[in-house]
This record gives sequence, C-alpha cells and structure tokens, in this order.
Amino acid sequence: MTDFTPENRPSIFFRAWDSDVAYSFRRSPLAITAALVSLVIILAAIFAPWLAPHDPFNPASLNLMDGFTPPMEPNAFTGNVYWLGTDNQGRDVFSTILYGARISLFVGFMAVLFAMVLGITLGLIAGYRGGWLDSLLMRVADVQLTFPSILLALLIFGVARGFIPPAYREAMAIWVLIVAIGLSDWVQYARVVRGATMVEKNKEYVQAARVIGAHPTKILVRHILPNVMGPVLVIATIGLALAIIAEATLSFLGVGVPATQPSLGTLIRIGQGFLFSGEWWILLFPAVTLLALALSVNLLGDWLRDALNPRLR
Amino acid sequence: MTAISNKPPLLSVRDLVVEFPTRRGTLRALDQVSFDIAEGEVLGMVGESGAGKSLTGAAIIGLLEPPGRIAGGEVWLRGERIDNLSVEKMRRIRGRRIGMVFQDPLTSLNPLYTVAEQLIETIRTHIDVSEKEARKRAIALLDRVGIPAAARRIDDYPHHFSGGMRQRVVIALALSAEPELVIADEPTTALDVSGQAQIIDVLKDICAERGASVMLITHDMGVIAETADRVAVLYAGRMAEIGPVRDVVQAAEHPYTAGLMGAIPTLTQTADRLTQIPGSMPRLNAIPQGCAFNPRCPRVFDRCRAERPELIARASGRHVACWLYETETENV
Amino acid sequence: MIAFILRRIVQSVIVMLTVAIVAFALFRFVGDPVASMVGQETTLAERAEIRQALGLNDPFPVQFFNFVTRAVQGDFGVSYRLQQPVMELILSRLPATLELALVSGVLAFFFGVGFGVYTALRRGNWLSGSIMTISLIGVSLPTFLIGVLLIWVFAVELQWLPSFGRGDTVYIGDWWRTGLLTESGRASLILPAITLGLYQMTLIMRLVRAEMLEVLRTDYIKFARARGLSNRAVNFGHALKNTLVPVITITGLQMGSIIAFSIITETVFQWPGVGALFIRSVQFVDVPVMAAYLMLIALVFVVINLIVDLLYYAVDPRLRVDRSSARG
Repeated sequence: MTDFTPENRPSIFFRAWDSDVAYSFRRSPLAITAALVSLVIILAAIFAPWLAPHDPFNPASLNLMDGFTPPMEPNAFTGNVYWLGTDNQGRDVFSTILYGARISLFVGFMAVLFAMVLGITLGLIAGYRGGWLDSLLMRVADVQLTFPSILLALLIFGVARGFIPPAYREAMAIWVLIVAIGLSDWVQYARVVRGATMVEKNKEYVQAARVIGAHPTKILVRHILPNVMGPVLVIATIGLALAIIAEATLSFLGVGVPATQPSLGTLIRIGQGFLFSGEWWILLFPAVTLLALALSVNLLGDWLRDALNPRLR
Repeated sequence: MTAISNKPPLLSVRDLVVEFPTRRGTLRALDQVSFDIAEGEVLGMVGESGAGKSLTGAAIIGLLEPPGRIAGGEVWLRGERIDNLSVEKMRRIRGRRIGMVFQDPLTSLNPLYTVAEQLIETIRTHIDVSEKEARKRAIALLDRVGIPAAARRIDDYPHHFSGGMRQRVVIALALSAEPELVIADEPTTALDVSGQAQIIDVLKDICAERGASVMLITHDMGVIAETADRVAVLYAGRMAEIGPVRDVVQAAEHPYTAGLMGAIPTLTQTADRLTQIPGSMPRLNAIPQGCAFNPRCPRVFDRCRAERPELIARASGRHVACWLYETETENV
Repeated sequence: MIAFILRRIVQSVIVMLTVAIVAFALFRFVGDPVASMVGQETTLAERAEIRQALGLNDPFPVQFFNFVTRAVQGDFGVSYRLQQPVMELILSRLPATLELALVSGVLAFFFGVGFGVYTALRRGNWLSGSIMTISLIGVSLPTFLIGVLLIWVFAVELQWLPSFGRGDTVYIGDWWRTGLLTESGRASLILPAITLGLYQMTLIMRLVRAEMLEVLRTDYIKFARARGLSNRAVNFGHALKNTLVPVITITGLQMGSIIAFSIITETVFQWPGVGALFIRSVQFVDVPVMAAYLMLIALVFVVINLIVDLLYYAVDPRLRVDRSSARG
C-alpha cells in the first residue's frame, strides 16, 4: 500500500479545482458573475454590523433632519452625504440594505435548511418503508405541488400566527416565517431522496446488513445521502432563490418579518410609499439588491443543474 | 418484369450531392448519385443503414432536414427540373405528383384527426373537388388498399387501427392525390413479418393499376428480388451498381452487391442479413480514398485505393462502379 | 364517460372535505372564537352562554358536520375584524378578483401561446431571441417587484395609467360591480392584469415552445409535409393542435395560480378584491375569513382541475377510446 502522507496527497483544494464541475464553472462567465454577485451580497450581509456606516436601528444615531437626502448629495440642513441617500427618518439606505439583506438571507438559508432536513427525512422514510405511509406522503406531496408555494406559505403563516399568543407574535415572526416557507417547499427533496432510497434499498449491501442484524437505515443514510448530494444541492440552490423571493413577497405584503427588523421586502414596501413624492432611491436600491441576489442565486442553481447533469443540456 | 428502355424516364436524378455542414467540416452524405425511374417501373433502392437511401428520397421530394442541403446535381420529373423549385411550387408537387410512404405507420398519422379528415384534407389540397366528392374518393381508396368496411371505418381515429391497417391508411394517403411516383421508405420494416408481404403487394398492385412508378427503399434484398423491376445499390452515399433485378440478383458484378446477395436467406440455407461482408460501412467523415468499399472488398487491388471508380455502363443495361470492369467497356 | 365524470367528482368532494377539516380545525382551535367575538366587559356566564349557542360544547364530529353544513350554504360566520358576515364580504369583493384574474388569464394564454408558437417556428431569428431573453427575466422577477416597477414607469413617470384601485365601477345585476364597462375601470385594470399575467404568460410560452418543437419533429408532421399540405395547414392545423393537448392541462392549473397570485397583485395595486381581504385577515388573525378563503381557493382549484380533465377528454380522442375499451 502506498503511504499517503499529507505532503504527497493532492490537497483538497487542488482536487476541487481539478474536478469537472470546477472546469465547467471556469468556462462559464455567467456562473462566475452570478457567484461573485451572490458572494459579495452574502459577505456584505454577514459583516453588516462592521461594514454599515450607520446603525439604522439605533434611534440615538438617527437625525430626522437627515431625512430624504438624495444619493451622493449633501443634505440641505446637515450637509451629510450618503452614498445611496436616506429614507424619511434619516436612515442611511445603504446600511438598511446591508441589514435587510442579512435578514432576507437568514430567513432564506434557514427555510432551505428546514425544508431540506424535513424533505430528506420524509423521503427516506417514504422510500424505505413504502406501503401506505409512502402513498400517503406522496399524495400529500402531489396535492401540495398543485398549489403555489407562496399561497401555502401565507396560509401556514396565518395559521401559525393564530396559535401564537399575540404577545409573542412579533418576537416569533421570523421563526414562523422560516417554518412557513420551509414547509411549503419540502416536496422536491423528498421526491429525489425517496427515488434514490427505493433504488438502493434492494441492493445487496443493504440486504446483507439486514442479514447480519445491523439496522439498515444507518447504512442506507450513509450510502444514499452521498448519491443524492448533487440533486439536493441543485434543489437547495434554486430553493434559496425561491425562499428569498417568498420572504420578500410576504414581507412586502406586510405579513412577514416585523417592521423593527426590515428585510429587503419590507424596504421595498416602505420605498413604494415614496415613489409619488419623488424619493425614488428609497425603493430602487433595495429592489436592485433583491433582484441581483435572487437572479444570481437562480442562475447559479441553473448552472449547477447543467454542470452536475450534462445529459440535460 | 422487363427492363424498360428507350422511353423518356419519369424521374431522372443526375449527380445528386447532399451535404451536411457540421462544426467539424462538411459531410457528404450523397455523392454524385445518378439513376432513372421509368414510367410504371418499380425501382428498388438497397444499402445498409446510413448508405443514403432515405436521404435520396428526402432530397427528391425536397424535405431534407436542415442543415442538410442539395449541394449539387439535378432532379428531373418528366422533363421538368424540380430540385431548384420555389418552396410553394415544390409543395404542390409533393403529394400531387410524388407521394411518400414512411417507415412507421404508428407514428405517421396524426392521432388527433380521423382518417377521413386526414384523407379529405390531402385530397382537397391538391384536387379541386367538393367535400362530398373527396369523401367518396377517400372511401374508395381505403377500400382499394384493403380496409374492411371502409365506409364505416373512415371516421375512426388512427389508434383504432392495427399497425398493418394503419400502413394501408398511410398508403391510401400517399396515393390520395394520384401521384405519378411513390417513394416508399422502408414501408414494412416496422410491421410483423406476416403483414409485410401483404403491404408490399397492396402497394405494388395499386401503383401498377394507376400506372404510378415506385421507388422502394429497403435494406431487405428479399423484398427487392420479389417486387422490383430494377435495383440500385448504394454504398456510403455512392451508387455501386444499378440494373435489372434478376441480373443483379443472379450475377452481381460489384463485389459489394455480391456480398449483399449472399445475404438473402433461401429455403435451403439461412443467413443473417448483411453479415457476410466483413467489416462495416465507413462513417461519412472517414470515407477512404478511392473506392469507398476498398477496405472491405475481397477483390481489392491498388487502383481501388487510389482512384474513385465511375459508374460505367455494362452490357444488358447494367451500370457498375468498380475498377474490375473498367477495361472491358468504355466510360459512359 | 359518465363513470369518468362521477369518479372525478367523488375525488373532488374528498379533496374539499379534507380542506374543510383543515378550515374547521383553523376555525375551532386557532385562538378562542368566543374571546374574538365579544368585548372585554362580557361576563364569564355570558361567554359560556355564547359558547353553548355557537355549539362549541358539542362533540367534534357534530361540530364538523355543522361547520360543513353551514359552509355549503355559504355561511362562514362573522369576520372578527369587520363584524360582517364573511360570505357577504367575499361576495362583494369577488367580482374585482375574478375580473382581474380572467383578464390576466386570457392575456397570459393568448400571448403565451402566440409567442410560444412564434419562437418555435422562427427559431434563431432576432425577435425570437429577444422574446426568449425577456422571458428569462420575467421568470426570475418577483411578481410584486414587477408591479412596483410598472407603477413607477407608467403611473409615476409617464402618468399614463392609474396606480391603484379599480377606477369607476357600475353594477351589473344586483351585486356584480364591474370595472370593465367604464374607461377608468379599464385603464385601472391594465397594470394589475399585466403584473398578474406576466409570469403565467412566460410559463405558457416556454411550455408551448418546447412542446411545439417536439411535435414538429414527429413523423406525422413530416408525413403531412410530404403530402404537400400547406405550411399553414401543417403548422396550425396539425402541429398546434397536438401541441395544445398537454398545454391545456398546465395552463388550466396556471389559472388556479392566477387566483392565488392575485393576493400579491391586489396588495400592490390596492385592488379591492378577495386577495387583499385575505392578506388583512392573515395580518389580524381574522380566522373566519381565512377559513372561508381557504375553502374558496380549494373550490376554485378543484373546479379548474375538473374542467381541465373534461377538456382533455374532449380534445384527445385516444383518451376516450382507451378508457371505454378498458372498461370493455
């Protein structure tokens, strides 16, 4: 046996760089652009507290005199200059966007994670157990797919809010939102995992595990999850774009995150109110950010699907 | 079944070249193919898959799939050149003067229209008759191709018919505007063995009755031997040999044809089709220099590898493209 | 045929009952119905009385049965927020939503099929290319953002069209208030209808294009050309009809989505429809309205599914025969 010391083994970075997927990535300017845009927005969101020139949610730091400052122009009263202008309360639009993207991305990632865990678990159970449980789950999935997921998320959100005592509604809103969006989007994960499970469960190693008395689910999970990693990753990437849009939509409708924690959707909702009075920047910049984020994540998902599955091209 | 001569041919194909431009250069799928079809004649066209049989049919009728195109040569129909006609003029020839029968009857008919609708539409596209008259003709036609209770079944949808019956419907459709020439592209390949002979008979009889010529494309030498007046053998997009069917079957001159003939199953011996020639036909992007058949030819000699043989006329009206016979006759 | 319809209707009823269970659970367990209906000063005894009167002390199956019975008669109780019968509220706002949904549905279908056919037949020319690129953006844009951008351009900057409301409306019959018969009503409809229909149009267009390209490659289209049929007969008589068979199903289901997406559009344009009512009910946890809306949407989906099935059945002769022969 060859001894692989850490020195002579190709580094994980080299192997990743050398793979087919990486090759197709380097060949696609669109994918590189999309990845860069997403990365910049995600990093900016993560480091918002350090990057933002102002803390838009600290009332002490706000000066109402700064309100309605157009972008790149000194304010008429205070002389302060803001890159992207300020809103009616003198909040720096650039800073609110950073914090807004933070919330949008947090909700998006958590919702995708929730949908993924739920979908994979249900898919494994349905595929492995089969029978009535499988039929039931797949029926539910079919019915759910005929309804637009935004409608489901709205309904789940409404129902969940009903169960929460009014005093806690504000505080729980983000988590309710995450569960609502996640619940409306688990079906695709479940379908992929179920299909893979049904293929794998009859293979010899699973049967063998059963014969020697080992619990087959453990082996199944260890073998199936790597197999479905590709499709799950694709679904999750496109799902992230959809979740960000769903969150923005719900917040825009005024049923999402509370006004004290504005996401990009909330900012657009606020900005729409100032269109007629001519303060276009309060709307435009959050809208462009949302668009750039959703579009680039979406493109990234599309590219990933093609790269992992060349037959589909 | 005699060789017909001294009459102007119904269809004349001269030096037809069909090319497919691809990213890696242009592929020549048909290379200087020439042949005639006389009035009322059945010409069999044989060759392996990819030899260019179907392409020849598609090129004549003006339905080459893009990016395929006619890059040279001429097609004449009763003295009129048709390979350079406008799209609209060519459309009027299709169905009216040249009918076509495709391979798979299961997919050749539009599933959403009744047989009557498809027949009447075709008849009225080409012939100025009333709906009622067209329907009468359609029923007669169905009856002629052997659909039982044609008057009743005409209003059925294609999926009501079996494969063999559908191919009869397809033949009726191809003949509905009384064309002078029918190109039948492997009309029996998709059918059961039991139905094949019947379909060929129907096609042959009805064309004979109407004086229509037939170009029968197939890779089944058995069918050709029983049906055709003359036979043309294609190899790698080139004409290898053409002549009266009996002569070619009994005494093939081109070594490739001889190999093909050895592949006809007979009562005393059975053989797999086309397996007696070792090797396989070259791809279009790798046709060897000289004679395309030279790497597989049992009688190959130096000249075959260097120069391409022309199709030359032999005694008994046969034409062969092979250097073996170059010394015996002069070039055409 | 009749057995097929009956089976579909039974399936629809089962779906409706399932949704009714959800709606009932919502109605019964979300918050305290009595507390939501009465004021702070109501005594405990009075509350108990109302409880009894509402039947909240009956066994659950009885309560559910009563709920369904009342629902079938259109009685969903009284809105907590507006203190009006829910059915009255919904009926007064339904025409606005239906007019919007219908107009955008028709727009989406005709433009979707038109563009789809055009881009399939004229593959590779610049107009097809542009249509395809724009459709890509249309798919990725969130609906509400499309609405906001349209308002900005056409209402704020160009001032061509109104940005909110239905404009002037007139009554047709007793309760149907329509905006279609007045000029301002029609003008008010344009932006919301485009917003609502754009996404669906893009989907239909891409579907039609893909399906049509598939059909144009089939043997029966080649055979139709070989018979000398005109391009028009081949493309529209044969290819388009075959294309539309699968398109009908998905388009029908899209119509259901249009009703659902009208929630967003109605909010953006302050359109006084059922969707806007529903959003308010979610914000204020107005359970009777939520439950009624849930039932209404389910009904719309079930009815559309049924119509789509019947339509499919009518268009595709293969289906008719396969089923009847399968039954013997």
